This record gives sequence, structure tokens and C-alpha cells, in this order.
Amino acid sequence: MEITLNHYLVLSTILFAIGLIGVMRRKNLLMLFFATEILLNAVNIAFVAISHYYGDLTGQMFAFFVIAIAASEVAVGLGLLVVWFKRTSNIDLDAMTSMRG
Amino acid sequence: MFEAIAFYLFAFLTIAMFSIAVLTSQALHAMTALAAGMIFISAFFFLLGADFIGVVQIIVYTGAVMALYAFGMMFFDTTRGVKEKNANSMIVFGLSGLAALMVVIIFVAPIVSENIGAFYPINEAVGNTQDVGMVLFTKYLVPFELAAVMLLVAMIAGIVLAGKKMDHSLTQMSEEEIELMRESNKKAQL
Repeated sequence: MEITLNHYLVLSTILFAIGLIGVMRRKNLLMLFFATEILLNAVNIAFVAISHYYGDLTGQMFAFFVIAIAASEVAVGLGLLVVWFKRTSNIDLDAMTSMRG
Repeated sequence: MFEAIAFYLFAFLTIAMFSIAVLTSQALHAMTALAAGMIFISAFFFLLGADFIGVVQIIVYTGAVMALYAFGMMFFDTTRGVKEKNANSMIVFGLSGLAALMVVIIFVAPIVSENIGAFYPINEAVGNTQDVGMVLFTKYLVPFELAAVMLLVAMIAGIVLAGKKMDHSLTQMSEEEIELMRESNKKAQL
């Protein structure tokens, strides 16, 4: 029972779909951030698995940069969340309609 | 055999944890499940021989990111007054279609691209961490430095956004209000 690249790609797809479900159904901004973290982690698994099965380090490099991007996204996103919460004491996504687009 | 058992065990645990993180209505349960899922994902990285990424995953995600989320949750009662309602059905249909398309592409892509060669082959003579370091600081030096600058910018943005006296926004005030605020600041400095 050999674990192949397709096993990892299927797992990555399932996790990405779980993240998409989270993005679709969440109305709380903090919970939406959780769902985006799941999306980024699913992609990381695919990158590292491809890196392993093709014997190429490029996938690990990309996973590394994805982690860096995720960290800075959290810092800026939480800063914006704190500012928004201080002003409105609510982080419901449906209430963020100040641009009236 | 050991690899197969470990793969299926951690796959089950990761899917279960992330499902809890996505579906539960308790913010604390969601955060704890997410942290557990992140650690289980690092197990896949160790299974795949990518030790360095696995360690970085544990340190960055469960160390830094989860601590930040815990901060965001505990200093502000962020789940208050947010009701989970059913989303717009058009968006759900669109994203579901996109997810299905993605599944098809992921299953087809390995068949299409049979003739992929290694660009930076894994060096068997040295360990994974040393190998990552050699490629990162030669071939990927410019992206590495750009990532460092991006992290610095994000750190400054976090300090500026979450710091004190940032609870009034210049973009949502009228010109007169901004002038008044500048006058009062000048008087306070004198």
C-alpha cells in the first residue's frame, strides 16, 4: 500500500474545500481569518508533496514563502480588525457597508 | 506500511480538526481545533522529509499566528453580536462550482505534466535543513529579502494599526475635524 503523490493531492484538495466552505459560511471576521489559514495550509501540503515526489526543492521554497505571507497577513489583518472593533464594537461582515458600493 | 498508517491517521485527524474549526459556532473551539490541525499538518511535512518546513510550521503557526489570534479573541469580545446566517446562495453556487473545477484540474494536471524535471534537485549528501539553506540563500536570495521587507512592513503596520490613538480614522473625518484635531494636538504639545 504505497502512498503516492495523488494521495497527498487529494488530501490537499479536501482541506482546501473545507477552507472554502468556511469562507462561504462565516460571518465573523476572525473566523474568516481561520478559514484563510486552512486554505494556505492546504496549498502548502501540495507544494511539499510535489517537492518530495519530484525530488525538487522549489516546492519547499514556495511553501516557505507562503508561510511568510500568511504571517504578515495575520499581522495586518488583526491590526485592521482591532481598529474596526474599537470603532464599531462589532466585526460582523454584513455590517461592513461603509463604502456603499 | 508505517508511512501508510501514519498518512491515513494524520489525514483523518487533520480533516476532523479543520472541519471542527470551520463548522463550530464557538470561537474558542474553532481556534483550538485550528491549532491542533496545524500541528497535524507538520506531521505530513516530517513524513515527506521536509524537516525544516515542519519545524517552521509548528513555530510560526502554533507559536506566533495562534498567539495573535488568541490575543485578538481575548482582548476583544469578538464573537459578540455576530450571528451566523445562511450566505447568499449565488456566492455558494459560484464557489462550489469553482471548487469542483479545481478538483478536476488537480486530478488531471499530473497526467498532463508527465515530463517534469527537477529544477533544483534534492541533494542526498546533506540534510534537509542544510539543503534548504543552500538553495534559499543562492537561488532564492532576492525573494527571501523581499519576504523580509514584507514582514517588516507588516510588523510596522500592525504596530501602527493596533497602537494607541489610532481609534479615529483620518479617512472618515471631514476636513474641519482634521484641522480641529491638529489644532488641539499643537496646543497639547505647547
